[in-house]
Amino acid sequence: MQRQLANMKQTLFDQGYLDEQFIQLEELQDDANPNFVEEVVTLYYRDSARLIQNIEQALEKSPLDFSKLECLMHQFKGSSSSIGAKRVKSECTQFKEHCRVGNADGCKRTFQQLKKEYATLRKKVEVYFQFARQIGPVEKACRSK
Amino acid sequence: MKKGGRKFSALVVDDDQVIRNFEEKLLARFELETKVVKNGEEALKLFREGYTFDVVVMDMEMPVKNGPEWYGGTCRPLVQATRALRAMGVDCMIVGVTSRGDGPEKAELEAAGLNCCWEKPLNDKIVRTILDELAKKSS
Repeated sequence: MQRQLANMKQTLFDQGYLDEQFIQLEELQDDANPNFVEEVVTLYYRDSARLIQNIEQALEKSPLDFSKLECLMHQFKGSSSSIGAKRVKSECTQFKEHCRVGNADGCKRTFQQLKKEYATLRKKVEVYFQFARQIGPVEKACRSK
Repeated sequence: MKKGGRKFSALVVDDDQVIRNFEEKLLARFELETKVVKNGEEALKLFREGYTFDVVVMDMEMPVKNGPEWYGGTCRPLVQATRALRAMGVDCMIVGVTSRGDGPEKAELEAAGLNCCWEKPLNDKIVRTILDELAKKSS
């Protein structure tokens, strides 16, 4: 079971969904904060829902306020990078680039892609956390390396 | 990492709760006594109330409370906050955390009294560097 969990995690890294920041989070998890990573990620999805909505609304305006969009996306990128959401983060970077050059279509396209990555990551980490919870206390007993 | 028996203390200033949460834990892991606030105004308030910290860790681009809603991504609020803290006589280390990297704003920040800035997100290497600096200062 342990190995399966490790493999799940490795796959997420190999496929570029997560980066080293996620490991930083895991290192902050301990007996006093056994669910720290899951809590941080849950908080991220809760908080960022509002940002996503704001960006969506801003994208419906005409003409687009690129400065505002860039600022909103900047916040979103900051949050995303703090949980190690690698793919989401790179969509954020692309979106900001489109803002910088005033490419409205580019923004809208990239945003769709971003939402997909965001949703996909959520599903994958949910599965990962569910599995981790099942293994539960056993993990501590045979934690290696 | 203690200074003659006392722990170092840190103030985290960031408008994003996910980041506040994470930075607080990270700093605590390195035995820093950490407080967190949402923006520059709340930070100033703490100092006015007499709190002191060994280091202040601030996000580069925070919207100002009660100010115009968006700054289009400049770090004006951080410049203002840093200047205000220095004007109050706060002489501890002030560190900026950003996802913008180097830029013209950096020079302005250093002129305002920021000690240095790092790429977001904060990580253990950065914290260790900060602690080394603090240890040097106190010796």
